[in-house]
This record gives sequence, C-alpha cells and structure tokens, in this order.
Amino acid sequence: MGGAPPPRDGGAVRNFIIRRMLYAIPTLIGISVITFAIARLSPGDPIRLFTFGIRDFTQEDYLRLLHAYGLDKPVPLQYVDWATNAIRLNFGDSLIYHREAGAMILERLPNTLQLALTALILQLLIGVPLGVIAALKRGSWADGVIRVFGVAGHAIPAFWLGQILIILFAISLRWLPTQGMLTVGKDQLDILDRLRHIALPAFVLALAGIANYSRILRTETLDVLGQDFIRTAHAKGLGERVVVYVHALRNALIPVVTALGGILATLVGGALVIEQVFSWPGIGQFTFQAAIAKDYPIVQAGVMIASTLLVISYLLRDITYAIVDPRIKVA
Amino acid sequence: MATAATTAGRVVDPTDVRPSRSLWSNAAFKLRHDRLTIAAMVVLILLAVLSILAPVFADNLFHYKFEQQDLFHTYERPTLDPPAYLLGSDEVGRSQVVRLLFGGQISLFVGFVAALVNFVVGVPLGLAAGYFRGAFDDFITWLITTLNGIPQLFLLLIIAALWQPGPLTLIVIIGLLNWTGITLYVRGQTISLREREYVTSAHAIGATHTRVMFKHILPNVLPLIFVLAAIDVGAIVLLESALSFLGLGILPPTPSWGNMLTNGASYFVRAWWLVVSPGVMIFLTVLCLYLIGDGLRDALDPRLKTHEVH
Repeated sequence: MGGAPPPRDGGAVRNFIIRRMLYAIPTLIGISVITFAIARLSPGDPIRLFTFGIRDFTQEDYLRLLHAYGLDKPVPLQYVDWATNAIRLNFGDSLIYHREAGAMILERLPNTLQLALTALILQLLIGVPLGVIAALKRGSWADGVIRVFGVAGHAIPAFWLGQILIILFAISLRWLPTQGMLTVGKDQLDILDRLRHIALPAFVLALAGIANYSRILRTETLDVLGQDFIRTAHAKGLGERVVVYVHALRNALIPVVTALGGILATLVGGALVIEQVFSWPGIGQFTFQAAIAKDYPIVQAGVMIASTLLVISYLLRDITYAIVDPRIKVA
Repeated sequence: MATAATTAGRVVDPTDVRPSRSLWSNAAFKLRHDRLTIAAMVVLILLAVLSILAPVFADNLFHYKFEQQDLFHTYERPTLDPPAYLLGSDEVGRSQVVRLLFGGQISLFVGFVAALVNFVVGVPLGLAAGYFRGAFDDFITWLITTLNGIPQLFLLLIIAALWQPGPLTLIVIIGLLNWTGITLYVRGQTISLREREYVTSAHAIGATHTRVMFKHILPNVLPLIFVLAAIDVGAIVLLESALSFLGLGILPPTPSWGNMLTNGASYFVRAWWLVVSPGVMIFLTVLCLYLIGDGLRDALDPRLKTHEVH
C-alpha cells in the first residue's frame, strides 16, 4: 500500500515501518471524510427530524438549535469539529438509545473480534494442511477434491450456507443452538456453551478463507518443492519428512502472512452478514440495524471503528511481511 | 516463429516453419483441452439462456406466470405434476422454478452491467495512474487505499440504506465502488509495460499519450482484464445476493435469488426447498464464473498463479 520502496537492511526495515505507519494517516483521513459525508448526504434535516411534532417551535428556536449543534458553520469546519471529536471516539449520542455511540460500538467489538479470530484460527488449522496435502499428493483424488473446494469455497453464498447449517444442525438434529453467543440464564463463563454457539458462525465465516489458504499453500508448496535448496537437502541424504516439514514448509508459509490482510478484510466485512444470520451481537449486526433505523452516530462510529481495525491490520501485515521477507516490495 | 524464417544466412523453406501462434490462438488451443472450463462455460450459458427466455418457458412449458398465486396450493413439495411445481411452491402458491428463472434475469443483469461499469471506471484510471505516475498516481492510490480501508459490506450497506433500493441503484453503487481491485491490477501492469522498448519507440515516432495508453499498453493488459472480468461478475452476483438478502438490494415482489432466499428463510421449517434452490442457483453461477476465470488465467497467462477474490 502507498507504494513505499522496499527496505534494504536492518535500518531500512525500521524506516519502512515508520513510513508505512505515516501512510496510514491519509488513509484514515479519507475514510473519515467518507464517513462524515454519509451523515451529511443523508436525506432529512436532523433538527426537523428531532423536533418534529413539537408545538410552539419557532424559527428562532430552530436557529438556536442549529447553532447549538454547530450546524450553522460551513461544512469543512463542521468536518473538523466532527473529526476532532471522532479521534477521541466521541461520535455523539445514538438517536435511538440516547447513549454514546462510540461506547456502544466498543462494547460489541470484543464479540466481533472473538468471531473473527476464531474464524481465522479455523482457516489456518484447516486451510494450510489442505493446501500442503494437495501439493504433496499432487494429481491424486485428494488433490482434485481440494482444488475443486479451493474454488467452490469462494462461490458458496455464506448467508445461505449459514441457514442450511442452522436447518441441519440446530433444527433437525438439535445438536447446536440456532443463534446468539450463549444460552440465556447459563453461567457466563461456560466455555462449552460458548463453543457450541460459536461453532457454526465461525465455520461459515472461515469457509472462503479456508478455500483461499488451501489454494495459496498448494501453489506455494509446489513452487518451493521445485527449488534447488530442496534438491540439495535431498542430496545431503535428509529424510523426506525433514525436507518437507523443516525446509519446504517454512518457506511455503511466508505467503500466509501476505494473505492475512485481505483475509482480515473479508473477516471484518463478512462478519456483518454472518452476525445477522446467527444473531451474533457484534458491531456488524449493530451497525447494520442502525443503518436501517437511520441512527447516524452509531453508523459513523461503527464504520470508523471497523475501518480503523482494518487499516491497522493492513499495517501489521505489511510490517510483518517486511520483517519476514525483506527482499520483496510491499505493494 | 515465422518471422525468423532466415537463420544464420540460411534460407529456410517456409513450409518447414510452424505457423505463428498469437496469444489468443494459443489460449483458444489450451482452453479447448480444459474440460472443466468448457463445462463451466456450457453451464453458465445454459443458465443465461434459461433466464433470458424465462417468459417463454413460463408460458409454454410451465403454464404459470411468475406473479401468479394459488392459495389452495401453498408449500407444495417439488413435483413433476404440474410442471410449474417442479421445485415446489411458496407461501402464496407461486411457482418456485418460474420465479428462479426470472430472478436469474435480475441477478445476471446486475452482475454483468455492474462489472461493465467497474471496467469502464477502473481500466482507464489504472492505465492513467500507471502511465503518468506522479501526483495523479498518488491520488488514485490514496483513493483506492481509502476505499479498501472501509469493510466493503459496511460501505455498500450504508449507501444502499440511504438510497431507494432497486436494480439500477445496485448497479450504480456496486459499479462505482467495486473497481479498486481492477485498477490496482491494471496500474501494476502498466507500470512495468511503460518501460518497454516498444513504448519508447511509439513515443519516438510521435504517438500521443492517449494513443500509447490505449493502442500500445491496453492490448497487453487485455488478457488479464478477461480473467478479472469473469471473477468480478461472480463476486458481484454474490454481493447482490447478500444485499438483497439483507433487504437492501432487489425488493420483493421482483424476484431475485437473494430476496427469494430471505423469503424462503422465513418458512424453512415448513418448506426447506424454498431455501435450497435459490442458494444452489447462486452457487452454480458464481462457481462457473470463478472456474472460467481460473481457466482463462491458465490459458492466457501461466505466470499468474494466485488470485484474490474481492
């Protein structure tokens, strides 16, 4: 991102990290402008919306309210006001709940992170071995099945799969609960209960990433296995296991880091639909419902916080990548 | 290669030389032997033809209009008799199969037209950014980083919530927001192509910037664009179904695969087939498009190996 030049040595890596962090600033400014514009472009005058139906409401009152909320200032100044508050996570009060919007989003953030991280772990635990198996058994039936899954996993509409799994495991078989994070009335720290609730949404959310990792790992492992140092390792008389697991796999795993940014993006974005399907009380579901109700402070807080999360994860990806493999330009 | 007919002064009999193969004829040759891609193309064309001819099938084969209701035959199980209930009927006795065909019209139309908008916006921007570099490139890169920094569904949802939903709105929103991946690819290719000798020679004989970009660089990016197009249409069909599922895409009574799924979900305890069939249609369409994208990539550019579906 940002087109920073490749770092060359130890000091260059540090310079790269600083430069890369600075590049995140204009991105965040851009995102905040878009988020601010969402509320400005929304139809309806907020003051009229608030005061609708109040008797004895004069034009003078209207102007006073306009001034109190700073809405009589020029739009660029309004943006500066909004942005300086937003940095302190102050997005104003929710129009429906009359509580601070930023705080309401932050309360639900751990739920989304819990879902996204569980999905990420599933992706790595399932996707990486699938790709390696496909590469090691190239041309076998297992390779064929994994390759087809590598494409099909992307093509399945996640919300549809979620419903089919609910019908199957929650309604027909009654093995797993249909929705929510935990059983109401049960002990908050009942791990088994929480695992039963998170199993389906995390798997559905993970599916596209599992497919992605299996594809990436297959091509990478095949690529690495064809290189000279693998032949050297064989020539030294090392066993097949040592060659594959110590020499080949370590190098094939580098792209796992690169793919992380894109996968986090799909996890945060995809969580919105999955949270809706499984009534998971995360920021996606909450922001979506606020958007339907036109509760703009919450929508702005949700978009800003989710985007910041994403920008930080892109940043971490690029930095990790520069440390793991300093040769390659981060684009 | 036919252009090297004379090697080391020795004249070679032209009949000995293998006829030259262009990139496209090479690709066509490879594609003909790629059974999976051919199968995907056949299925996709079949789906498209079925959808386009939906009114014909509705009148002549199923004898059932897509808005026709029958309150005496609600939640019918899939059956061959009458053919209209081939895939069952819904809560007001509408024919699921006929509605699926009409829904396909909308889903495919939105997919292809929005993808077209993506390319009309994304390709020239990518070409110009990669060709001119400098401040313009910085601006475009910043814009893309910014748009990619917002989780896509959040952005789409909020804009969709502001506007009146419908096919046209969807095309405009997805079309104007989903071009970033294309622009990044085209920009990257352009940056490497602009340093080639043939571009320098085009400049030397006085070609204008527009001519160099569109006549000399674009044809070399074109193979990649075909690959991206197939994947892009698939991604948009998925996106449209997700938005319709959330109630912000195509609104009932106009059938789309996404909103049929939402509708079916309300009755899935009584009629599971109403949930299964629209999902299978989306899955089949998107799978075919992704497989075609993969096949085209293998045929057109064997060096590209990984792809990211956005």
